[in-house]
Amino acid sequence: MTFDTSLTCRECARTFDPGPLYFCEWCFGPLEVTYDYDRIAEVTTREDIEKGPPSLWRYANLLPVSRSATADLGAGLTPLIRADRLAKELGLSDLWIKNDSLNPTNSFKDRPVTVALSKAVEFGFKTVACASTGNLANSVAAHAAHAGLDSYVFVPHDIEPAKIVAAATLGKVVEVEGNYDEINRLCVELHDIYEWGFANINLRPYYAEGSKTIAFETAEQLGWELPDHVIVPVASGALLTKVKKGFDELVRIGLVSENSQVRVSGAQAEGCSPVAVAFEGGSEDIRPQKPDTIAKSLAIGDPADGYYALRAVRKSGGAVTAVTDEEIISAIRLLARTEGIFTEPAGGVTIASLIKLTSQGVVDTSERVVAYVTGHGLKTPEVVDARAVARIPANVVGFQEALGEKEEQL
Amino acid sequence: MKAVVKIPTSLRGLTGGSSIVEVPTGRLSEVITSLTDTYPELGERLLDEAGDLRRFVNVFVDDDDIRFLDHLETTVSPGQVVTILPAVAGG
Repeated sequence: MTFDTSLTCRECARTFDPGPLYFCEWCFGPLEVTYDYDRIAEVTTREDIEKGPPSLWRYANLLPVSRSATADLGAGLTPLIRADRLAKELGLSDLWIKNDSLNPTNSFKDRPVTVALSKAVEFGFKTVACASTGNLANSVAAHAAHAGLDSYVFVPHDIEPAKIVAAATLGKVVEVEGNYDEINRLCVELHDIYEWGFANINLRPYYAEGSKTIAFETAEQLGWELPDHVIVPVASGALLTKVKKGFDELVRIGLVSENSQVRVSGAQAEGCSPVAVAFEGGSEDIRPQKPDTIAKSLAIGDPADGYYALRAVRKSGGAVTAVTDEEIISAIRLLARTEGIFTEPAGGVTIASLIKLTSQGVVDTSERVVAYVTGHGLKTPEVVDARAVARIPANVVGFQEALGEKEEQL
Repeated sequence: MKAVVKIPTSLRGLTGGSSIVEVPTGRLSEVITSLTDTYPELGERLLDEAGDLRRFVNVFVDDDDIRFLDHLETTVSPGQVVTILPAVAGG
């Protein structure tokens, strides 16, 4: 059983029956899943959640799909690591990394996709699709295969090769000669002529709900306490918006203290920073950009939820910042060296933004901070120029000559 | 020769089922005025109380988002295609 009641327009509050709809036909505003929170509060306890499956489906009461989801590869419940060594480098006292690259297809996208594709099965779609910068494509193709659905995933032709290979092994990849925003537009038009379930178009209200679970897990893994400040990468802005919603829901249904407030800050690359630019300019209007950054998974120049992400950040007392490609690569190396986590550029954007916000005093050194690392470094090995320290013959002398390591007395 | 506006499926009930509507050329604002004069209910959906395009309406002239062109001042030439799409997709 589920507790969602309808789809509601975020702009004009008109309601619609649940279904594969994504925008309000009256004002074009985005539709959002509405729940009966009073009922959820009655039937949801910390203990029941803790006894649930070791995946995001332990939070099924707060999702629009029941626990018997049909497109389930085990997404969620990724490690929350205390990052003392990185904290020391930055002068922070209580830093945690949520390593969401350890999802079934190695990015956070498995969270929204397991919800969207389970919903696609429920709605009777035989084919699913998406516009993607790579990670979503991978996840949609994988969950579709598992659920026995046909899939078409549309990606920019110039994304990282590993992402194409993985998605193409799992499903049908269509490389498009255009950027993400152009592909998104193409898919909106395709959605008008094919009866497919598009994860981030007609299934979008359901899809986006899946991202709340990263906030739920953060609270549970911190012993049902909310952090003071979270750093979230921003592409479409949907993840950040839903992280805020997730924390708010936990307060609303009484699973965490009502005095808890989380500051939510956003991280972008300078080469694609429409939300950061609007934040810094004090504007509510997001001016679209033509992306040019190594953080290809965040290269959305016209973010659908940019407006709501900005509002969530401002309401929570956070900030949105943008970092250079050099800062991204250096942050990837720093995270690897200090915490043993190898991330793709999106994670580098998060860590570099954390560094910048800390140096600006936006992140207070006494805060409990959680940074979201959303994708795996093996997806983008070409961005870091890391090599072996030596190539040697298979003998001890060869090693000692190459590295100059003195023998230790054992 | 005129220009045309492509109407998304969900709004075709307001254009008598037409998916393509012919419009006179000129500034985009004039094109939209012509469209909404013919189909007043469509106007209520696309424009807010101040007569501006609603926040979540995207308009393209041929393949280009008007926010990269001159917004409502963009010139629509004979034979060009104006596409209206909801903005909330993707991510």
